[in-house]
Amino acid sequence: MTARFVAGRIGFYTLIAVLLAFFTIPLLWLATAPFTSDPTYEVGVPDFTWENFQAVAEHPYALPSLYNSLVLSVGTALLVVAMAALAAYALSRVRLPGRDALLYALLLLSSIITGTAAMVPLFQLAVELNLIDSHLGLILILTGGLLPAAIFMMKDFMDSTPKSYEESARVFGASPLQIVRHVVVPLVRPGLATIGVWAVANVWGNFLMPYLLLSDVEKQPAAVITYTLYTEGGQANLRMLSTFGLLYSVPVVLMYLFVSKKYGFRFHGGIKR
Amino acid sequence: MAAIELRGLTKVYPGGVKALDALDLDIPDGEFFALLGPSGCGKTTLLRTIAGLEIATGGAVVIGDRDVTGVQPGGRDVAMVFQDYALFPHMDVTENIAYPLRIKKVAKSARRAKAVEVGTRLGLEHLMDRRPGQLSGGQQQRVALARVMATQAQAFLFDEPLSNLDARLRLEARTFLKKLQRELGVTTVFVTHDQAEALAMADRMAVMESGHIRQIGTPAEVFQRPANTFVAGFIGSTPMNLLDGAVRGDTLDVAGCKVGVPSSAEGRLSDGEKIVYGVRPEYMSYSAEPAEGALGGKVAIVENLGASHLVTLDVNDVIVQAVVPEGSEPSLGDDGYAVPRRDRALVYRDGELV
Ligand SMILES: Nc1ncnc2c1ncn2[C@@H]1O[C@H](COP(=O)(O)OP(=O)(O)OP(=O)(O)O)[C@@H](O)[C@H]1O
Ligand SMILES: [Mg+2]
Repeated sequence: MTARFVAGRIGFYTLIAVLLAFFTIPLLWLATAPFTSDPTYEVGVPDFTWENFQAVAEHPYALPSLYNSLVLSVGTALLVVAMAALAAYALSRVRLPGRDALLYALLLLSSIITGTAAMVPLFQLAVELNLIDSHLGLILILTGGLLPAAIFMMKDFMDSTPKSYEESARVFGASPLQIVRHVVVPLVRPGLATIGVWAVANVWGNFLMPYLLLSDVEKQPAAVITYTLYTEGGQANLRMLSTFGLLYSVPVVLMYLFVSKKYGFRFHGGIKR
Repeated sequence: MAAIELRGLTKVYPGGVKALDALDLDIPDGEFFALLGPSGCGKTTLLRTIAGLEIATGGAVVIGDRDVTGVQPGGRDVAMVFQDYALFPHMDVTENIAYPLRIKKVAKSARRAKAVEVGTRLGLEHLMDRRPGQLSGGQQQRVALARVMATQAQAFLFDEPLSNLDARLRLEARTFLKKLQRELGVTTVFVTHDQAEALAMADRMAVMESGHIRQIGTPAEVFQRPANTFVAGFIGSTPMNLLDGAVRGDTLDVAGCKVGVPSSAEGRLSDGEKIVYGVRPEYMSYSAEPAEGALGGKVAIVENLGASHLVTLDVNDVIVQAVVPEGSEPSLGDDGYAVPRRDRALVYRDGELV
């Protein structure tokens, strides 16, 4: 072991430690601040008070907004999973000329649908269709935005399941829908779970679309409500923000842990392995 | 149970590959029929077209007097075992076997009872709760068989069901499958590229080459009298000797030696014509002494076949092989003489049997 090697190691671990701290401190803050009577931007030792939670519970829109988030994300996820599964199955099994070009075009366009560029036309469309201030309208638009990427990922799962399972079921007389229900869905279940979690997480964290399309505070999800948590003086209300932030993050973490345990999937930039 | 009848069946894949070329075939009710041929000759395509998984480009498929050419696979009343068995990995053995009945809307208890009955018959009773991933290859194969048996279909289609098994298990499975087919009496089409398997199991067999059937017959007919040089070269664990020759009066001139005209070709050859002389290594009697009508040369290779040896002779630069019983094998470089059996040797003119 040369001195140079030791120095290198020390440097390496110092770097790791700094990086870890960089990511850990905000998390630590999120874990301690809600239990502190008068939190600041610093991580301190909490005095384990429940007052902050009480304050959140008494806030007229905080808890309902979490419920709204749940409705929006679960609704969107269900729709995305169901439609992506059927579309990806068809695209994976039917030979269409220009199929791959279609998929890539969809993927490209989808980033526009729920992106900033389409804000005005989307808003107008929602107004025309009377879908402003409606959870259903928002769910449909969010679904539209997520669907192409979901189909793309789902098709990858479908492509990797051997055709002979389905052919075997076909020879036994199963109808296409029976084949999807009995054979395809169980085989790609980890894929469906991945897409579902991905969709939930996406909608849960989406600020722009609900902010744009829901003007009624009672219907707004947590992501939007977070931005309203200020003191009378216009300062960020750290007591409310930290506590609400914790309540806002826990469901997503729990969902991830649950699904990961059940299906053992891992994220790899959206591509399953 | 039903007969299968193919009329001018043609299959052209998108891209222009003609996998089946106006193929005619009659498989009577209850027969165990083997389809044999080299890789890519269209065996799987033929089977899949019978099952309805591929749509025929031309011709007709008739199963039990019913023209099913345009009928969906599920309506043809056939059952298929795929080469990879295609057992559903998320269902246990019982559910797998019962799956065809589930499609037919049989009540749950009835189909489970049927699955257990069929499974027991195939010796799977202690495995009924396992998933396919927890079974050995041989067990998976039996589950696949049990599943087609549970369908009570008119005909069974097997695509190389033994090719995933190791050599030992394959022999066992071969016997088992043949016995089972006898008992069930269901018309069975069996695809294989292993000629020994086809010879051993089939009632009748067809040898295919690039979308055509080159010969149909019982295994004995195909083995003893291959209709053309393609079949002759394909059938037999040691390939048949196919030697260029010419007719010289009432003998044949083959590899520079004089051999007798085979009994099957007697009186059908004209003097001077070019022929191919075919004789299986098994149908040669070998001696170290010169003999009348023998193909004589130097021993080039001796291969051990177990109870016998395959001796390769270099006869005037032509390779001739003969099977020699154990104990009398020659050593390399010896002079050797192989006398073809006249009642077993064959003559081919333009590739076709005379
Ligand atoms: N889906 C397909 N599209 C295009 N060509 C195909 C397709 N399936 C098979 N072919 C071609 O058709 C021919 C016959 O194929 P097939 O699979 O029937 O052969 P096989 O006799 O079963 O061969 P093997 O013993 O290797 O299984 C081959 O030339 C093959 O390349
Ligand atoms: Mg094949």
